[in-house]
Amino acid sequence: MTTPVTVSRVRRRQIAQLIANGMRLDGRGLTEYREIKIERGLIERAEGSAQVSLGRTIVLVGVKVGIGEPYSDRPNEGVLTVNSELVPLASPEFEAGPPGEESIELARVVDRGLRESKSIPLEELCIIPGKKVFIIFVDVYVLNHDGNLIDTSAMAALAALLNTKIFNYEVEDDEVIKIKPGFKPLPIRNYPIAVTLAEIDGKLVVDPWLDEEEVMNARITFTFDKDGNICAIQKGGGGFFTKEQVLEAMRIAREKSEELRKIVVEGL
Amino acid sequence: MQKAPVKLIDEEGKRVDGREWNELRPIKIEVGVLNNADGSAYIEHGKNKILAAVYGPKEAHPRHLTLPDRALLRCRYHMAPFSVEERKSPAPSRREIELSKVIREALEPAIFLEHYPRTAIDLFIEILQADGGTRCAGITVASLALADAGIPMRDLVVACAAGKVDNKIVLDLNDIEDKEGEADVPVAFMPNLNAVTLLQMDGTLTPEEFEQAINLAIEGCKRIYKMQKEALKARYLAIKREVEEQ
Repeated sequence: MTTPVTVSRVRRRQIAQLIANGMRLDGRGLTEYREIKIERGLIERAEGSAQVSLGRTIVLVGVKVGIGEPYSDRPNEGVLTVNSELVPLASPEFEAGPPGEESIELARVVDRGLRESKSIPLEELCIIPGKKVFIIFVDVYVLNHDGNLIDTSAMAALAALLNTKIFNYEVEDDEVIKIKPGFKPLPIRNYPIAVTLAEIDGKLVVDPWLDEEEVMNARITFTFDKDGNICAIQKGGGGFFTKEQVLEAMRIAREKSEELRKIVVEGL
Repeated sequence: MQKAPVKLIDEEGKRVDGREWNELRPIKIEVGVLNNADGSAYIEHGKNKILAAVYGPKEAHPRHLTLPDRALLRCRYHMAPFSVEERKSPAPSRREIELSKVIREALEPAIFLEHYPRTAIDLFIEILQADGGTRCAGITVASLALADAGIPMRDLVVACAAGKVDNKIVLDLNDIEDKEGEADVPVAFMPNLNAVTLLQMDGTLTPEEFEQAINLAIEGCKRIYKMQKEALKARYLAIKREVEEQ
C-alpha cells in the first residue's frame, strides 16, 4: 500500500469546487484528456516498443517475443503475459521490491483489455501444437507517475504491440530455428482502448491527474474494442458509484475511446 | 484436449444446473461461526463454501501503516489448495492479490473507518470450495462478519454477478458458465444507498447488454440482501434466547 501524496485541504476544496462548476485546476474540460504523445519503436532490442505520455504521466512498454511451451489446457495457442513495474524513479511513492497490489491490478486490467478483445489471435502463434508456441511478453514500465496509469499503459501496450515483429522460423526435428534476417508483423485483430473516469463530489471527470486521484472518491475504467463493445471494466478506490453514474461513465468512455483509438492506431 | 463447444442453455431455456435465466443458486448463510474471531460468517452459495473472519479494530502492526484519521482496513482473499479442480498453490496468486484489493475497496465505503483512527481491521476470506462467483459470495459473507464484529456500517454490502451465456444475459454464473460463457459482470451493492462498490467485467458485451447485466445483478443483490439480514437477525435471536434461558 502506498502512502498517498498529500494534497492540502485548500487545494482539495479548490479542485472539487472547480469541478462542480464544470472546470478543472489544469484548465481542462471534464471530458477532456491531457495531451497525448506517442513514440514508437524506441527500444531496438525489443521486438516492439512504445512510449506514451499523457500530460506528465509517462509509460514505456517493451514487448519481447520468445518461444516456449503452451498452457496444457490450450495446446494450440500462443501465450500472452502482461507485467507492470512501478519503477521507483517514477514517483516518491513507488518502492523497489516485489509487485504490490497496485502494480498487479494495473497489469491485469491492461491484460484483460487485450485478451478479452482478442486483439492478438493466439491460435496463430502456435508453432508445434502442444510443444512450441510464441510467448508475447508485454512489460509495462511506468517512468513518471502523474495519474491515470491505466489508460496510459493500455495505450502504450497497444501501440507497442502494433509495432511488434516476430522473427521467421523453421522447424527441424521438433526444434525451432530462427532465420535471420526477416521479420513479419505480429498480427493484431482488435484495438482495445481503456478510458478511466474519476468521481469527485458527485461529478465525473475523465483522465484524472495525480492530484485529482488523491481527491477522488473512486474511479472506473471501461475498455472498449474497435466495434464499440465493452471488453473490460474495473472499479477502483474506496468510494462508490450510483448505477446512473456507472451508465453515464460508460457513455462518456465509449465516445472518448473512439477519439483515443484514432490517435493510437491511425498515427502509425 | 480440444473440447466440443458446451451447450449452456437448452431448448427450454434451462441452464446447465436446471436454473432459469434469472434464478439464483441456493444460498445458506450463518453468522458467528468461529470462536476466536471478533466477527465471522459462513456462506454456501451453490457449491461455493466460504468462511470470513474479522479481527479488530485493534492496534495496527507494523505501526507505520496506521492512518491518523481512520482505521486501516486490510483484506486477504485466499483460496484453499483443495478448493479447485487442480490443486492450487497456497502462495497468493496475482489473481488473489487483485481480488483482495477490489474486495477491500468494495467494503470500505460501508464502514465508518473514521470512528477508529490509528487502528487496523483485518478481514480474512477463505475460499474452502470454489464454484464460480467466489469474489461476490466472499463480499456478501465478509460484510456479515464485519457486522458480527460490531463494526458500525452504513449498510451491508451484498454482491452478485450477471453475465452472458449462450447469447443470453443470465444471473449468478456458476463455474462452467463463468469459464465457457461470453462475459461475467460481478457487482457489489449497498441497497440503501444505491451504491455500486465493486464493478468488474471480462468478456464482451455491447453497452445495451451491459446495462441489462448490471440491472439483473443488482436485482440479484437485492434478493441476497434479504437473506443476509435474516442470517444476521438469526444470530442475535439465538443470543437473546441463550440469555433468556440463563
